[in-house]
Amino acid sequence: MLDVPNETLLEVKHVTQRYKKASGEEGSTVLDDISMKLEPGEIVGLLGRSGCGKSSLLRLVSGLATPASGEVVYRGETVDGPAEGVAMVFQSAALFPWLSVISNVELGLRALRVSEEEARKRALAAIDLIGLDGFESAYPKELSGGMRQRVGFARALVTRPNILLMDEPFSALDVLTAETLRSDLIDLWCEGRMPIKSIMMVTHNIEEAVLMCDRIIVLSSNPGRIASEIRVKLAHPRNRLDPEFRQLVDQIYALMTKRAVTDRVGRDGAFPGTGLGMALPRVSTNSLAGLLEEVAAPPYNGKADMPNLADSLQMEINELFPIAETLQLLRFAEVEEGDIRLTLSGRRFAEAEVDVRKKLFGDHLLAFVPLAARIRRVLDERPSHFAPLTRFKEEIEDYMSEIYAETTIRSVIDWGRYGEIFEYDETRQGFSLENPV
Amino acid sequence: MPNQWDAMALALVLAIFVAIAHGSSGMSAPLPAADASPVTLDYIYLPYYALRTTLRMFAAILASLIFTFTYATLAAKSRRAEVVLIPLLDVLQSVPILGFLSFTVTFFLGLFPGSTLGAECAAIFAIFTSQAWNMAFSFYQSLRTVPSELEEVAGSFHLSPWQKFWQLETPFAMPGLIYNMMMSMSGGWFFVVASEAITVGDTSIKLPGIGAYLAQAIDERRIDAVIGAVVAVLVVIILYDQLLFRPIVAWAGKFRVELSESQNKETSWVLRMFQRTRWLSAASSVPGQIISNVSLWRLDFLTPRLSRKVQSVFVSRLIDAIWFVAIAALGIYAVWQVVDFVATELTLADFYNTVLLTLFTMLRVVVLLLIATVIWVPLGVWIGLRPSLAEKVQPLAQFLAAFPANVVFPIAVVLILRFKLDPDIWLSLLIIFGTQWYIVFNVIAGASAFPNDLREVAANFRIRGKDWWLKVILPGIFPYYVTGALTASGGSWNAAIVAEYVKWGDDKVAAHGIGAYIAQATEAGDYPRIVMGVAVMSIVVILFNRLFWRPLFAFGERRLRVG
Repeated sequence: MLDVPNETLLEVKHVTQRYKKASGEEGSTVLDDISMKLEPGEIVGLLGRSGCGKSSLLRLVSGLATPASGEVVYRGETVDGPAEGVAMVFQSAALFPWLSVISNVELGLRALRVSEEEARKRALAAIDLIGLDGFESAYPKELSGGMRQRVGFARALVTRPNILLMDEPFSALDVLTAETLRSDLIDLWCEGRMPIKSIMMVTHNIEEAVLMCDRIIVLSSNPGRIASEIRVKLAHPRNRLDPEFRQLVDQIYALMTKRAVTDRVGRDGAFPGTGLGMALPRVSTNSLAGLLEEVAAPPYNGKADMPNLADSLQMEINELFPIAETLQLLRFAEVEEGDIRLTLSGRRFAEAEVDVRKKLFGDHLLAFVPLAARIRRVLDERPSHFAPLTRFKEEIEDYMSEIYAETTIRSVIDWGRYGEIFEYDETRQGFSLENPV
Repeated sequence: MPNQWDAMALALVLAIFVAIAHGSSGMSAPLPAADASPVTLDYIYLPYYALRTTLRMFAAILASLIFTFTYATLAAKSRRAEVVLIPLLDVLQSVPILGFLSFTVTFFLGLFPGSTLGAECAAIFAIFTSQAWNMAFSFYQSLRTVPSELEEVAGSFHLSPWQKFWQLETPFAMPGLIYNMMMSMSGGWFFVVASEAITVGDTSIKLPGIGAYLAQAIDERRIDAVIGAVVAVLVVIILYDQLLFRPIVAWAGKFRVELSESQNKETSWVLRMFQRTRWLSAASSVPGQIISNVSLWRLDFLTPRLSRKVQSVFVSRLIDAIWFVAIAALGIYAVWQVVDFVATELTLADFYNTVLLTLFTMLRVVVLLLIATVIWVPLGVWIGLRPSLAEKVQPLAQFLAAFPANVVFPIAVVLILRFKLDPDIWLSLLIIFGTQWYIVFNVIAGASAFPNDLREVAANFRIRGKDWWLKVILPGIFPYYVTGALTASGGSWNAAIVAEYVKWGDDKVAAHGIGAYIAQATEAGDYPRIVMGVAVMSIVVILFNRLFWRPLFAFGERRLRVG
């Protein structure tokens, strides 16, 4: 792709984005003062954990959303709606189930008033390019996940976009299918057979980012900011076992688990918000106990390298990080520089019997999760020892979106039940101290 | 709980009918004598009458579709329209619309004085009122739940609003809309029978059709003609189902948003014939092509591209405030109009009497639902757990739900007269006669869908008898049962208006209840009484739905929905 004029394709200028509450008011900040450029001929990866706003950023770039402040400039003009020349591939392929493969691919062209014959010709060419020959008349529900995502690619490419946006396009696929699709895409890109000038992709898979991207932008959460930018200079096709490749992966893991020294609240900084306003991830107590046991046992013996752990557990960072960070929040483990190390309590937990575990967990929950402590205190103070769910949910909704509030309160219910620090009654929609008979 | 929007919506509906009655009372003229009884009881005319009735049904469903596409779309797209339109729809859905028949008939007769066109329109409108609301509601709900990723696809591939509507939103809404259309059709039969022959005060209308044929048979006490009408309805419903709905349902399978093809695909021999016969498929591809092309027009002028600059919060709030004040004023005015109209002739004592009669009818509906439940739940479970049997019984139950029960009412009346039975008890049975089938087929569906794993668990732990019923199967089918009972309850209120007051020749049999009250007031052309009867009945039905069925439904969905 050397023939393209060397001018910036797209520029994001000081963009800030906030949650919209149901009432229409603006809520907490998702993205904070993001600036970046997209140059011709490069693949840029946006890497970050869940909730860091990487998908929000992609939607701003595509024009599907408008920023609260700042602007996105594409070819010298401010983006204020889906721009022509920018096409998107969605996580779930997002095909129209009532349209056949070819009709799905043609749809974007027909919307642009391309004539029927021309649309048919171009759609067939795109289907051919992406390896979907013979599936033209199939309906999406007849296809496997990988084939559906290929249709998603064909649909995007057929409009001859300058920029291809991809929102975790391989994350819904199984490992083998994802790998085939990645290498096919990189082959097409390297051979210059796709009409696109550059690609911007969102991912939470560190290896995927290193495998595909020329530039990786790591976003921090709480709120989403650009934490760092890494250039990948390895030549395609890249080899996952190459020492340089491994080193880069390790480096990014370290970067993403680096403790925020400047953060006011010290080590709680992993989750957005502080105190009562801390947005907690949905992590089951089984996963927490499972990870503690895994790290406590050989070969790790209490300290594990996160990339290795992720590999052996077949987990991606969006699954592994929340568990590790919840353990860190509860002071059962410390996560630093791409390593996870059990604390003394963490080791005790891993070795203990069920009842001791529950006691220990409950104590740590009350000590380190402000919302859990608050619920318990309110229950202790009330003569009825009962408090409705909405009372706490509305309180934390001041700090976070309704969706996060729901997730947070469900997690605390789950953890509180395990630690036996309170009861939750679904029928009465409230917390109590009594034990069910 | 009903809120202020429901109250306002109800007042608005009533006020509109009052206004219609006001405005058209002077205009209506009796139809020519020749039109008074154009129906003869020769069997030979039955196919022709069936055709006329079917055409009316078609016209009404077409009107319902147009209404659905406009009303529901407006409600889904405009926040301000939504706060008015949706409560209005909800009220219209639960109001016993049959009670309004007299108003609409007078209105349409006034529009086309002396011509049968007015009567035709009135009948079609009556059918329309029984079909449109749930279709519009389903469409609205689908529009609100289009998957966000598909919305984004439409946005990022630059589909115009017109294209998005036909390429994404309408296809997505299709399965729900078609299911509701079938439900509406079933309900429509009941109304077509009731609306083809109606007497409002001095005006008597009989339109050539099965309903009028039946009414004529009742007037002439011809039981053989009643049976003839029953057979004709049976045949028409079967043809309708085979030739129209089965093909549509089978074809609409492709609109379901699912990742893999479902196990039990609907099939239709008619659809297969169309797809496999070359000239038929060629002939049907022409309109298909036209529709597909029209759906791809951009029509950008329909929506001048608004600048993305959002109006300031203050301006937006101000418009909201003005809008809500205007609606509130209209609502209060409507309440005042209704009360004023009713108060011209009626006193508070009449009002209490109406409430009492409504409670009688409610008692009837509740007791009969209980009886139907006690009988059909165990039977439905028994059938549902035997797949091969359920497969045969299920279409029959659905068919019986579609069959207009009022066609067989005369037979019941003959029996009541012959054996001198107490109408307060025996007429009650008619209320539930047509609606019990909703309970049957929903319970069968629930029992069929009950997970096999759980059945095996119950067998493995030897859970039997009372425990099996109370802890295993009844909670398992509960959400399905509530859906069925809710539909049956709504239908029963409507049926009460026809079922509590029936005739056979010159013999009239009436039960004590609000249904008989409304029916008699209609016959006498006593508008204030009709308005009050319908208003009180509507309020009770809405309260009954909100305070009883809704919480039960929510509970079932939250706690007892399996999977």
